[in-house]
Amino acid sequence: MLTVLTHRQVIVWIERTAEVMKANRDTLTELDAAIGDADHGNNMDRGYQAAVAKLPGDETDVGAILRSLSMALISKVGGAAGPLYGTFFLQASNALKGRTELTEADVERLLETGIDGVMMRGKAQAGEKTMLDALIPARDAFATARGRGASLTDCLEAATEAAGQGMRATIPMIATKGRASYLGERSRGHQDPGATSSYLILKTLTEIAQEGRTAS
Amino acid sequence: MKKLINDPEDVTREQLEGLALAHPDLLEVHFDPTFVKARQAPEAGKVAILSGGGSGHEPMHAGYVGRGMLDAACPGQVFTSPTPDQMLEAGKAVAGGRGILQIVKNYTGDVMNFQMAADLLREEGIAVRNIVIDDDVAVKDSTYTAGRRGTGTTVIAEKICGAAAVAGYDLDRLAQLCRRVNLRGKSMGMALTSCIVPQNGRPTFEIGEDEIEIGIGIHGEPGVERIGIETADAITEILAGHILDDGPYARTLTEWDPDRDDWVEVEVVDETLVKGDRLIALVNGMGGTPLSELYTVYARLHALVEASGMSIVRRLIGPYMTSLEMQGISITLVKADDELLRLFDAPVHTAGLRWGC
Repeated sequence: MLTVLTHRQVIVWIERTAEVMKANRDTLTELDAAIGDADHGNNMDRGYQAAVAKLPGDETDVGAILRSLSMALISKVGGAAGPLYGTFFLQASNALKGRTELTEADVERLLETGIDGVMMRGKAQAGEKTMLDALIPARDAFATARGRGASLTDCLEAATEAAGQGMRATIPMIATKGRASYLGERSRGHQDPGATSSYLILKTLTEIAQEGRTAS
Repeated sequence: MKKLINDPEDVTREQLEGLALAHPDLLEVHFDPTFVKARQAPEAGKVAILSGGGSGHEPMHAGYVGRGMLDAACPGQVFTSPTPDQMLEAGKAVAGGRGILQIVKNYTGDVMNFQMAADLLREEGIAVRNIVIDDDVAVKDSTYTAGRRGTGTTVIAEKICGAAAVAGYDLDRLAQLCRRVNLRGKSMGMALTSCIVPQNGRPTFEIGEDEIEIGIGIHGEPGVERIGIETADAITEILAGHILDDGPYARTLTEWDPDRDDWVEVEVVDETLVKGDRLIALVNGMGGTPLSELYTVYARLHALVEASGMSIVRRLIGPYMTSLEMQGISITLVKADDELLRLFDAPVHTAGLRWGC
């Protein structure tokens, strides 16, 4: 049973997410074209490629690794997603400074502090058709699973499942934040691109944990 | 897509290379990160004025870098906010010891990126204030949307604040002045056609041959209604009507409070336009509109304003804040006073605006 994520696995998470963003670039951009400005896939792809290029490969401090990710996303993603994901990982990196591996409690802390940062920066709550609609249910599901004494992998699986449900739950929502908010009623019927990229990021981390479990 | 471009990925860089070669007396262009800096900046003893936003709105903002307006502009990708590292480097390059005023259009990405930039610049020991322009009266509601968008008033605010910085205003006074221009400016736009973002290759929105969108945003965001094509006079009456009849608009903006050393929510309310007001008008082309049509609109606007008991005392007519090749216009009216007019009339020399020198 996997009990910790190593600093090496955190680096793999970033590398793997870059591949996932590249593969989903068109899907994310199409979702954004429906209710935004059709650049989310391009922006996330560009941002994660930059993050991989800047990765401190021999760094063992997870805080420093996440800070490097944050800085790359802030400077390369642009739009609203850049500062939001940048703030997510910046806050998480501050909370995890000095850790070389992440326990269940650390991953919960990562989600908690990251989400608090996004809420502060974006002035958003749950239910506004944003990335928070995937992230908040994920954090809650993770905490519930951990409370039950589930393993790290099981906690992450629960979080990803909740993020997926949250992502799909954005379809009937009316956007009240960001560029989609100007559509009002017309924003209904479309899945939020930010919630979708958040789901993909979490799903990638979960898959890495699952591989770790298989290997051990 | 039929466009005068090379590789769609290079449009932002290539136009800046052209700008730099065309106006070496006024500005310098830096890459990685991208920013445009006034030739004479930094100027000791002067607050630096910095702005920026997505590309595709030329001449805004890089075309307003020079003397008497912006000290620096940070262009993002087409219709995409610039990133904080750009404003950080631009700010460090132009700060003259009295701080930086960042003029920010109210779009979610711009607001957040300029806030992060302000935080980073403060870590460098530079005083920074951000003032958000949100003047688009097409957005009626700020509770269920990201609020009014920043449009034509931005050009007027950049001109007036640039002149005030030259005149020696300190950062506090400049922030107040910029806020006052915003609260006195109202805009509304319309489109006859969409535009195509080069990297996307498709029109941003679909619109019928005989349809127009009233209240369009500068990135093609939807407006208040889509109607059949009307005469220039009728369209001008619709836009001017929304502006002249706009009631007090209250909203909460995030500003930096130097006393509390933190971002605070400030509740502000627009001034409404009333009889006797002297106005600065901007009849703006969206990129694909001939000047002849803008003057046709101005003729009707001038008469409508006079009929309302107000007068247009200064005007700009032309493509000052475009949306690529979109056909359409926006109208901006700013309630002026002696101070604003004096600053508006002060000399300016930029690629996009020049008088008095």
